[in-house]
Amino acid sequence: MATRSSDIRGERRAFLKGAGAASAAALTIGFDWIVAPRRALAAAGTAPAAAADFIPNAFLRVGSDDSVTVIAKHVELGQGAYTGIATIVAEELDGDWERIRVESAPADAKRYANLAFGTMQGTGGSSAMANSWMQLREAGAKARAVLVAAAAREWHVPAADLVVDKGVVLHPKTQRRATFGSLVPAARSLPLPDKVTLKDPRDFKLIGQRVPRVDVPAKCDGTAQFTLDTVFPGMLVALLQRPPRFGATVQSFDGTAASAVPGVVKVVQVPRGVAVIATSFWAAKRGRDALLIHWDETHAEKRGSAELMAEYRRLAGQPARSARKDGNAADALRDAAHKVSAGYEFPYLAHAPMEPLDAVVKLTPDRCEIWAGDQFQTVDQANAAQISGLKPEQVFIHTLYAGGSFGRRANAWSDYIVEAVSIAKAHGADGTPIKLQWTREDDIGGGLYRPMYFHKLDAALNAHGELIGWKHVIVGQSIMAGTPFAATMKDGIDPTSVEGAASIAYEIPNIAVDLATTQVGVPVLWWRVVGSSHTVFAVESFIDEVAHAAGKDPFEFRRKMLGGKPRMKRVLELAAEKAGWNGSPLPKGKGRGIAVAEAFNTFVAQVAEVSVGDGGQVKVDRVVCAVDCGTPINPDIIAAQMEGGIGFGLGAALYGAITLKDGHVEQSNFNSYRVLRMNEMPKVEVHIVPSTEPPTGVGEPGVAPVGPAVANAIFAATGRRAHVFPFVRGSA
Amino acid sequence: MPTTFTLNGKNTTLDADPDMPLLWAVRETAGLTGTKFGCGIAMCGACTVHLDGQPIRSCVTPLASVASRQVTTIEGLQGAPGKAVQAAWIKLQVPQCGYCQSGQIMSATALLSKNTAPTDADIDGAMSGNICRCATYTRIRAAIHEAAQSLRA
Repeated sequence: MATRSSDIRGERRAFLKGAGAASAAALTIGFDWIVAPRRALAAAGTAPAAAADFIPNAFLRVGSDDSVTVIAKHVELGQGAYTGIATIVAEELDGDWERIRVESAPADAKRYANLAFGTMQGTGGSSAMANSWMQLREAGAKARAVLVAAAAREWHVPAADLVVDKGVVLHPKTQRRATFGSLVPAARSLPLPDKVTLKDPRDFKLIGQRVPRVDVPAKCDGTAQFTLDTVFPGMLVALLQRPPRFGATVQSFDGTAASAVPGVVKVVQVPRGVAVIATSFWAAKRGRDALLIHWDETHAEKRGSAELMAEYRRLAGQPARSARKDGNAADALRDAAHKVSAGYEFPYLAHAPMEPLDAVVKLTPDRCEIWAGDQFQTVDQANAAQISGLKPEQVFIHTLYAGGSFGRRANAWSDYIVEAVSIAKAHGADGTPIKLQWTREDDIGGGLYRPMYFHKLDAALNAHGELIGWKHVIVGQSIMAGTPFAATMKDGIDPTSVEGAASIAYEIPNIAVDLATTQVGVPVLWWRVVGSSHTVFAVESFIDEVAHAAGKDPFEFRRKMLGGKPRMKRVLELAAEKAGWNGSPLPKGKGRGIAVAEAFNTFVAQVAEVSVGDGGQVKVDRVVCAVDCGTPINPDIIAAQMEGGIGFGLGAALYGAITLKDGHVEQSNFNSYRVLRMNEMPKVEVHIVPSTEPPTGVGEPGVAPVGPAVANAIFAATGRRAHVFPFVRGSA
Repeated sequence: MPTTFTLNGKNTTLDADPDMPLLWAVRETAGLTGTKFGCGIAMCGACTVHLDGQPIRSCVTPLASVASRQVTTIEGLQGAPGKAVQAAWIKLQVPQCGYCQSGQIMSATALLSKNTAPTDADIDGAMSGNICRCATYTRIRAAIHEAAQSLRA
């Protein structure tokens, strides 16, 4: 049976619903009168809800001082979610942007579920705007309607005669005016409307504008509060020594020398290793360095990347599970006038957010409070409850700004949260605030990587150079297997392993996409743009090879097969046009490459221009990007996410690799896990397709096309195809 | 053993392990949390502060080594170059996650303090030690040019 992209999205939605069910009751979208959400950490720049506030629903409150506080159910980890959320609410509210504040929501699946996930609260899959769009428009519009009704009642005029502008209700005929704040007492006594008319998009004042980000000023003067910056009186800092190989456990340890380090308070064993708790980071670090631990490596993963890749290559030739089957690809390949084949190797990748993982926990016998750049609030709440022996409703999560994530802070095990809670528990659950701090070495060597994959592709061309058969075999670990999300995998296919491949958009009569899922003891996780980080890389590299084998222009070859995908075709054409694809040829040593992707319902095409030096060194000079993400909520944030996604994806394509030798990770820090730097960043041009479709996400999709666009540009410049990634291996 | 130095213009004595990196002394002992921890080995620049006006990586600078010297962190950023950089950062909406930006701003300010007309190559030279995983590099470059222009005006 064919598996189309829509089915895949359905599966993901279903698995996330299943995952959320553990910690959440049935989904209700709250537009009822409710108590004010607990305020986020005061240091995050928010004010407490006042008893006299007007609180129409779970997503905003209006203060008598004219302030409007928007409650963000999504974490702000750089993608601009806080600004987007505030923009949607403020638009329908006709609020004064200068008076809008944002604070983070508490963990509460009933009120704050991600509607794209079902019944769990969390941020991921570039879904913040898409799932908030109607919810927050209604929330803002209903609040506005009540404020207008309050003014109408006070002035004895019809509500229809009133207008609202920047937080002020006006009656033009009589020139009467009232600020939102002055209407709060009256608004509090009025019922919410059942139905409300949303704005005609032509009347949008904020949506579609380059509204400045709410978080930028505090991120330019050092006052933005990250978990790292969370301080409480008497707070201790813990560092955890984790196993040297994945799957090893503590056999025994000697904490004598560690305990002797000045400032070390306690050395405790926890499920994941041995923790040193101290009065400062430096004392905890020196204490950890002095630990003696004997590890039981009986069940540890001891293979290396080379052995694993050899095994993956072997498996690619074996029968595998079908993720998509249209027509008969085997027959098409057998009867092909011309056949093209290639294999592509992709390494493990670390997320390496700039803020190493950290969490602050205050645990007592009946309450657990957590401060973190939390990305999976209700999953983390459930896992923290389990490890602490409390009920989920006894676990309170304060979501702070996250210093990047790229998927790392969203995981089924809540690894860093559970570690922090387990340490607080081992310390005695006496309410002492304890900050678990990962070092960069902990991060790079700590697992939960984008899985390693091998892709084998075969294409059949007919005598006219038309693509008539496509066989794609993917070999690698499943991200969902072994997690609560696995329950909804269909036919053994992890949709995150095949998205971007099973959903191939090109019109090809015979398609087979197969998946061989491997068992390796290296923990894996989604990484920015998830499956498309490797599937699109393989598909868009290979389609380029096929185009050249057919003697066709790679842009035209793609375009002619996208008849059924008008939005994808449009971004491809726009990127090619803006990049001057059909213009003058580039000088010797330079090349252009193109690639296109659909990820999380957003369409992105990119043209990369590269220079290759005599020694083979690659410099990416320019990337032209076209994106269709539906209604553009904030064009500047969309551009920023495309720019950043391109830099992130380019760094991985050029240098990113976590490798193992005998089960040991060979990289440890930014000296050996190389990422993109300033001098390697290309010029980026972003072109946004005008649209009135519902908005889709921009945090991840920009990552997908850049790797293959660059690979194809390198081929154009040199005639050499890359099949083993990253392009450049070795240390910084 | 206490170490005495000038921190953001104020005479400061911190009673901490003299081997403790300046980063942690500033953050945990002095309580100034704008300077960030990113790698601990001077490979990412998130911890950049100024020592006697020069950008340094505070994560590998022992506290004792700054005795009697002038340390400036993001909290103490004063003067035209620093203010121009911060204004340009806001104007061009540089930050995403924002975690590396204190270090980026300190490196950029040090560059503009000695060179108000930096070329792209100058910017590469001064800024390639500062990693931004959100890859805000194109905006950092544009903001440095913007700030330089405002300083020359």
